[in-house]
Amino acid sequence: MAVDKATVAQIAKLARIRVDEAQQQELSQELSNILGWVEQLGELDTDGVEPMTSVVEVQHTLRKDVVADGGRQADILANAPESKRGFFVVPKVVE
Amino acid sequence: MTRPTEMTLAQARDALASGDISSVELTRAHVQAVEGARQLKAYITETPDRAMQMAEASDARRAKGEALGPLDGVPLGIKDLFSTKDVLTTAGSHILDGFKPPYESSVTANLWQAGAVMLGKTNLDEFAMGSSNETSYYGAAENPWRRQGDNRPLVPGGSSGGSAAAVAARAALGATGTDTGGSIRQPASLTGIVGLKPTYGRCSRFGIVAFASSLDQAGPMARTVRDCAILLGGMAGYDPNDGTSVDTPVPDYEAALTGDIRGLKVGIPKEYRVDGMPQEIEALWQQGVQWIRDAGAEPVEISLPRTKYALPAYYIIAPAEASSNLARYDGVRFGLRVPGEKTLDDMYEATRDEGFGREVKRRVLIGTYVLSAGYYDAYYNKARKVRTLIAQDFAEAYRQCDVILAPTSPSAAFGVGELADDPIAMYLNDVFTVPASLAGLPAISLPAGLSHDGLPLGLQLIGRAFDEETVLRAGEVMERAAGFTAEPAFVAGR
Repeated sequence: MAVDKATVAQIAKLARIRVDEAQQQELSQELSNILGWVEQLGELDTDGVEPMTSVVEVQHTLRKDVVADGGRQADILANAPESKRGFFVVPKVVE
Repeated sequence: MTRPTEMTLAQARDALASGDISSVELTRAHVQAVEGARQLKAYITETPDRAMQMAEASDARRAKGEALGPLDGVPLGIKDLFSTKDVLTTAGSHILDGFKPPYESSVTANLWQAGAVMLGKTNLDEFAMGSSNETSYYGAAENPWRRQGDNRPLVPGGSSGGSAAAVAARAALGATGTDTGGSIRQPASLTGIVGLKPTYGRCSRFGIVAFASSLDQAGPMARTVRDCAILLGGMAGYDPNDGTSVDTPVPDYEAALTGDIRGLKVGIPKEYRVDGMPQEIEALWQQGVQWIRDAGAEPVEISLPRTKYALPAYYIIAPAEASSNLARYDGVRFGLRVPGEKTLDDMYEATRDEGFGREVKRRVLIGTYVLSAGYYDAYYNKARKVRTLIAQDFAEAYRQCDVILAPTSPSAAFGVGELADDPIAMYLNDVFTVPASLAGLPAISLPAGLSHDGLPLGLQLIGRAFDEETVLRAGEVMERAAGFTAEPAFVAGR
């Protein structure tokens, strides 16, 4: 599957990574090569095979719906590039 | 007495127990070794003060007769993918600039609980994505080995390349690694040490920076099989904070090293060969088969027919999970923020452009693509079905054998920059390690011999789920047979 520049731009947008024109060209080549290579999976007949969801059998248990760990606002904000009055600060999103 | 940095972890444990050395002496020697090995860039962050404090605390416990067990007072390197409370944790990425976690990963918490001493945080490929350590934002860690008569630098493998280089150069008695598709075993093979990827679910993933959550698994790296057994005992265990952690007792792994593998059926998978694999790796593998036979075990030819599809399936599944896991790096809650032109999206895009390296971007984009509408079934679901088939191959094989013997890596250590421009050639490094990852099985790599130009080559043993004990037992028998005593060109403190 060839991935053209427009597709690179589109998935870069979805992934929220800025990719300039020159990089789009390079990535279109690289991604096409990788996707071309993985396409050999088409040789395998997988009809009726269940897609793997978990590699070990785990018994999923429910825990009580209570706060297990809380009251750590200062810890949580400690690494934020910008915070104010207990909130993360981001560029204005509403005019 | 052997120099403290040249003891095995087991020897150090015994010397601590008998009072022949204190943890302070042992740790000081290692702190100096870490400094003396800086040229390897094996560590991103050194924590000498913390190491000495932990060593003093260990000696104080021991003086009171309250030593905690085999790891009490033992200095270790910690891969910089494990969150360590209040200690810079980078994942080898620019985007985690300045990140000091307010919590401790469960595996490292277990180690500190057992009295172990932290020397520092070891280098790795960015977000553990790589097989050479060259994708680290902090510069590539270097292999302490050199080709005979050739002083050009070689890669230590990856992604746990810093841990591997540190252990090989005697700048740690052991280290933690993580393995998603081979990131413990391949660097162990390329640096002449032992590395064990446990069964998926054996060690908690809580607090380990996530790459591909259905594959990531922490494990030990050390210079002997016994050392790995001791270290695994300190790392493993059920953790309610990791929903895929498995609640089974942690056995005494060292006790599994009985030296007796008589009657053990060892599968030899005929598909573990690739074009261009050096003849010396094939020959070493056959040598391994002979060692197994000499020890009274029984080699059995087996088939894992879907082996060649493991790597392409992996390169859909791992990037898909990575693209989702790495969505959290948005310049809002931690790490790097690069202001965009105006909007919140501009800030996200600028931050992720500058914060992620080339390989990480490549994988996030591949992952985003294979998960996007219209391609999900063709790529992602197809790969998950192939994963089921790979696991079935192993299940079928284990009806005929107890453990599987194969090469670890299709080549010895390669030169810095040699594969950097060819992603697929780099991915092929993991061709023999990825299948066990996809099937969640425990696997060890141990040094078995040298290449024609004097570089270490590893062999791999793959076991049944949660049967680390057989893997370790067979590994120790092979280690003895191999008698690997070669040393790297660079050893700290010599």
